Amino acid sequence: MAYKNYILVCAGTACESSKGIALYKELEKELKEQGVEAEAQLVKTGCFGFCEQGPIVKILPDESFYVKVGPESAKKIVAEHIVKGRQVEELLYDKEQKGQSSDEIGFYQKQQRIVLRNCGVINPEYIDEYIARDGYAALEKVIFDMSADEVVNEIKNAGLRGRGGAGFPTGLKWGFTKDAVSEQKYIVCNADEGDPGAYMDRSTCEGDPHSVLEAMSIAGKTVGANQGYIYIRAEYPLAIERLNNAIAQAHEYGLLGDNILGTDFCFDIELRLGAGAFVCGEETALLASIEGKRGMPIPRPPFPAVKGLWGKPTVINNVETWANIPMIILKGSEWFSSIGTENSKGTKVFALTGKINNSGLIEVPMGTTLREIIYDIGGGISGGKKFKAAQTGGPSGGVITEEFLDVPIDYESLQSIGSMMGSGGMIVMDEDDCIVDVTKFYLEFTVDESCGKCAPCRIGGRTNYNILNKISKGQGTMEDIDQLKVLAQAMRKASLCGLGQTAPNPIMSTLHYFEDEYMAHIKDHKCPAGKCKELLNYTVVDDKCIGCTACARVCPTNCISGEVKELHVIDQSQCIKCGQCFDKCKFDAILKG
Amino acid sequence: MTTTAEQETMLTPEITAFIDKWSDKPGNLIMVLHRVQEEYGFIPRQAAFEVAAVLDIPLAKIYGVITFYHFFKLTKPGRNQIAVCMGTACYLKGGQDLIDECERILGVGLNTVTEDGEYSVEAVRCIGCCGLAPVLTVNGEVFGSVTTKQMRKIVDQFEGK
Repeated sequence: MAYKNYILVCAGTACESSKGIALYKELEKELKEQGVEAEAQLVKTGCFGFCEQGPIVKILPDESFYVKVGPESAKKIVAEHIVKGRQVEELLYDKEQKGQSSDEIGFYQKQQRIVLRNCGVINPEYIDEYIARDGYAALEKVIFDMSADEVVNEIKNAGLRGRGGAGFPTGLKWGFTKDAVSEQKYIVCNADEGDPGAYMDRSTCEGDPHSVLEAMSIAGKTVGANQGYIYIRAEYPLAIERLNNAIAQAHEYGLLGDNILGTDFCFDIELRLGAGAFVCGEETALLASIEGKRGMPIPRPPFPAVKGLWGKPTVINNVETWANIPMIILKGSEWFSSIGTENSKGTKVFALTGKINNSGLIEVPMGTTLREIIYDIGGGISGGKKFKAAQTGGPSGGVITEEFLDVPIDYESLQSIGSMMGSGGMIVMDEDDCIVDVTKFYLEFTVDESCGKCAPCRIGGRTNYNILNKISKGQGTMEDIDQLKVLAQAMRKASLCGLGQTAPNPIMSTLHYFEDEYMAHIKDHKCPAGKCKELLNYTVVDDKCIGCTACARVCPTNCISGEVKELHVIDQSQCIKCGQCFDKCKFDAILKG
Repeated sequence: MTTTAEQETMLTPEITAFIDKWSDKPGNLIMVLHRVQEEYGFIPRQAAFEVAAVLDIPLAKIYGVITFYHFFKLTKPGRNQIAVCMGTACYLKGGQDLIDECERILGVGLNTVTEDGEYSVEAVRCIGCCGLAPVLTVNGEVFGSVTTKQMRKIVDQFEGK
């Protein structure tokens, strides 16, 4: 090593917003001022995944892991760690354990990083750093040492399945396109991460853009395509910038464009921006959007593998799927298929969010249990609350309850318990979250995002949303439950694309596991979690109210009356249930329920 | 195009250069619309007319695309654009409260511009910072773990800037 230390600073979107850039500049300045520029190299890296604790700084070679590092700590880190070689204890994640490195932190212990192998390790803005980590070696192998059939078989044998949610075997897809006869074929990367609560694709594009480019080039060589498109959300400006930068660098190095690595293989990649339409995650809708049209799906078959973009055979995979490819080519299918469960190989990246202590991006082998994810990696439920459910698969998925915490997670097991893998959003809910409210939230989403082309999705979704809305207001009836189920079945069977077919999943799943909570809304007109505003009542607890008048002063409708130092009363007919009195009261004298 | 029309064109030289670069690429409409919105903050009607003429795409098709995608706007947003994330994680952690508070502070509802043209608020889908939920952005700058109490301070720092 030329340098004694390497200071890695996270420059992902999340850490940037936590003043990661200011921190970087401050560290740069301090290294100069304290005269140790030659001893430590400062590196801007991609996401470490531990977003909750950002901004994050990791110092090599001793792997000290500093969390929540503000720009003001830069001076101390340089003075102590770089100059004197002592860890800055107050910034360590677990202050009790001195000399702790990142591998020893619970958050990382059960993780296995294949997709995120370079995130938080290399500077995503320099192609050399990617190459130094065996980058583009897989492409070289495919170009010079492997036939197209060998590549397809390698992917097939690895057992890699689509990480966008449906889990279709990637090798099969490639095989179809390879065998299709056409002068023009296309490669497409789906980076239209629409699932609210998932951000693994954004982090991968930001932290390791070349892995996606390399994988797409490998597919291009294998199936005989010369043009690739990355369809990415316009809402991800940093990812777009890093991808564009990576494409330009790959061109410079002769790894993209004409005559790649001096051969006759030509392949180029272009970015196409999405414009905020969830349905464009559906592959036929996505292709329509790349063609510059409204993103409406068309019936399959024919599948895009045979008839896709502009009617030509097209391989379309999601970012996470692509990021696996170079590793499979380099390390072999045997290695990859040794990880995971019988039918789901490799790892899965999850965006672990919601009511959890260690919120962030994690990558675990398939077959890891939810308990390990939530308690060992996630550090349990925040605020010491009780676990209620974890939601996977986003608006197309369902809930996993406590009784299934020990089920090994893979494509099949999740489906058998009424949820699905989805793109990897995992949202943890605690006892304060109302299941009816969350289901309504998802339905509102799918109704809003329905493209309107087919009636089952357009009308069925809206009707179901209206029913849920009714229930959340305490106006639901038992017939409504039956109606929900009938409509859900119809939507599943008759909708044109995945959006409509899976939109009822949250309803079916929550009705199955939390029927009593629906009943509480319908029969008792109560929201057990205290979330549905219309079903809440705020009352003053007689023996706790000291008459401080704080509640009366904050009430926007002036419906709280009472003299100073005397008991206050809420006029229920005027109360709009905003909860401001509840938040304001310091004496727990307002009861919500 | 006549000389007078050229003087009034909404397609600035930069946009025109962009269109020239993309003109022979199929499916370029959405990219061009992105470029127009980048310039004006929305797609002005006049600009849509001109794009239709330059790309030789029917205006109806252009409006079909603009109205299909949430990202494209037909009206001018505030000088400062506040976007509150309503992805699942942010929703569970109080995204709606942030919207309510924002509406209260500014005195306007969602997707409406304040009278002085300073601010507009919108609810957006996941911006991919779920680890920091609830999240909002002002002019693209991300603020994480926001509480309703911090709202006023966040909004005020953009006033008149």
